[in-house]
Amino acid sequence: MEKFTTHTGVGVPLKQSNIDTDQIIPAVYLKRVTRTGFEDALFAGWRREPDFILNREPYTTGSVLVAGPDFGTGSSREHAVWALKDYGFKAVLSARFADIFRGNSGKQGLVAAEVDQQDIELIWKELENHPGTEVTVDLENRTVTCGSFSTGFRIDDYTRWRLMEGLDDIGLTLRSEDRIAEFEQSRPAFKPATLPARTA
Amino acid sequence: MTETAAAGTPRTHRPRTLAEKVWQDHVVVPGEGAGDAQTPDLLYIDLHLVHEVTSPQAFEGLRLAGRPVRRPDLTIATEDHNTPTLEIDKPIADPISRKQIETLRENAEEFGIRIHSLGDADQGIVHVVGPQLGLTQPGMTVVCGDSHTSTHGAFGALAFGIGTSEVEHVLATQTLPLKPFKTMAINVEGTLREGVTAKDIILAVIAKIGTGGGQGYVLEYRGSAIRSLSMDARMTICNMSIEAGARAGMIAPDQTTFDFIQGRPHAPQGADWDAAVEYWSTLATEDDAVFDAEVFLDADQLDPFVTWGTNPGQGVSLNESVPAPEQFEDLNDQAACRRALEYMDLEPGTPMKQIRVDTVFLGSCTNSRIEDLRTAAAIIDGQAKAQDVRMIVVPGSARVRLQAEAEGLDRVFKDFGAEWRFAGCSMCLGMNPDQLAPGERCASTSNRNFEGRQGKGGRTHLVSPVVAAATAIRGTLSAPADLGLQVPSVPQEV
Ligand code: SF4
Repeated sequence: MEKFTTHTGVGVPLKQSNIDTDQIIPAVYLKRVTRTGFEDALFAGWRREPDFILNREPYTTGSVLVAGPDFGTGSSREHAVWALKDYGFKAVLSARFADIFRGNSGKQGLVAAEVDQQDIELIWKELENHPGTEVTVDLENRTVTCGSFSTGFRIDDYTRWRLMEGLDDIGLTLRSEDRIAEFEQSRPAFKPATLPARTA
Repeated sequence: MTETAAAGTPRTHRPRTLAEKVWQDHVVVPGEGAGDAQTPDLLYIDLHLVHEVTSPQAFEGLRLAGRPVRRPDLTIATEDHNTPTLEIDKPIADPISRKQIETLRENAEEFGIRIHSLGDADQGIVHVVGPQLGLTQPGMTVVCGDSHTSTHGAFGALAFGIGTSEVEHVLATQTLPLKPFKTMAINVEGTLREGVTAKDIILAVIAKIGTGGGQGYVLEYRGSAIRSLSMDARMTICNMSIEAGARAGMIAPDQTTFDFIQGRPHAPQGADWDAAVEYWSTLATEDDAVFDAEVFLDADQLDPFVTWGTNPGQGVSLNESVPAPEQFEDLNDQAACRRALEYMDLEPGTPMKQIRVDTVFLGSCTNSRIEDLRTAAAIIDGQAKAQDVRMIVVPGSARVRLQAEAEGLDRVFKDFGAEWRFAGCSMCLGMNPDQLAPGERCASTSNRNFEGRQGKGGRTHLVSPVVAAATAIRGTLSAPADLGLQVPSVPQEV
């Protein structure tokens, strides 16, 4: 996982609340065997509408999604985070995130920044008045900046630390690799192994 | 031999349950803090079973991060969910099924993982293959990206299903960060009557505690009725722990367990065998250990159990009738009953034994082992199948199929008019072409009767292999006694 300290990119105002994971990525895309390449699946239902925001310039290159409250509700599918990341989003701003979505984001290196709704609305206004304005998400200082407007956001210390260190769950566990190796030394000899293969 | 835990693992001196012992013997790094704020323990995984549906993204994740599989020698893969049960030598027709299986084969090759592919004698449902090879042993931690991993708990292993990102985590580190589960004792005392089986015990348990009753718990099945069961039957019980909402189910290892394992391909040998048995013998729950919850069931009173609804908790004795919504106190249960009756097209008050079925499915990781096939074959042998009933027999693994053929069971099924298929999950979930047609009604030895589980619009009644066999003869849900038949006892699998 890449380390995240600060990111600046085109802000995309998505003025809706309660965007569930079925909207973020419809179930039909879950049959794939890949973990990347979900960019076409992101908001697939909405993107069929020509004037959906991601179909309009300059938002096609957006990397900071500014959404209404209760983002990422519904099914726990990790694909929702994969799709956002594959499309190019580095951060999502919302006043409230569904717990599982927030957890999945932290694990996959997507910043889910909790920003008060009144501030979200100020950012929306700025982005609409000046389409293409870049938004800066500064994880180190927990601030977002859009044009002349700047405010703080919330993210828990643990997730922030992980994102800044670029540690996914596996990376974290591998920090205990010597403990794992030590444990393996102590495993009894009678425990079975699948290799070399034996069959009846 | 109990001193296997890593240095630093806290030793408790209070009496411990089976689940707690296995857990503590696998803690690599203990969690910190207390209560809700406690961080997870890092738990070592002894055996990781892999199949084609839940693994592709895990392997892809490894590839993206440039990570190897830490312990290919503790990992084994097979193909089951998508495999056809007819014409297995032809290419798989459905492109998604084919792609998943091809991807698994490529990943196994790339990461050096042993795989048993379609056509191989050890291919089959992952939960049948592990025990059959002797890879599932007492006191182990076993995981798989499949909820019915609980099956392996029959050996006194702590075995549970995991999600795809956890599959990747285990592949990369051979560990999982986990918070301890609570423990629940399921005490089943007494002697089962003729024709009443392990499947009836577990269906009765689920009807009693509900499909959410086991949430957050590891269930330990105990008592004289459990002790007297064969390993195949114990696996049937542990298999469906997940249908009670539990994370895992376990049975303390005993002589029956040891006898089953001894001599299997991956069983310990020589001095290792003695050391293993000595350790396994220390695992049983201590007498004064305390469970977080306890449930009691009287085996003497049990009848064959069947489901009438669309979740595994909606079951009754075969001698009873379809319930009416008003019989339930809880308003949610009433609504669930109404919805289930509509989907199942059943009238309250209909005797279960009058329900006519179109299909009988003998298979799935719940009931597709050799003993299940022997039992069903012994009942139908020399009988005639109900004319308009189709019966499909799907052995749990290619080896079970071979063994059944060596015993002539395939002939019994074919003479009866049943279809004798190749191994896999098959109609348990209909990811392959084995599906119910809309409206079709099935007596199934599998574990889930959800709407559409066996095919869109299909209607499932969960039953034991004994009831499945009698139903195939009579055409309606039945016990052998309804046909004046005895249930012959068949040899146990050792
Ligand atoms: S047989 Fe059914 S329950 Fe068992 S692993 Fe296959 S699909 Fe799952």
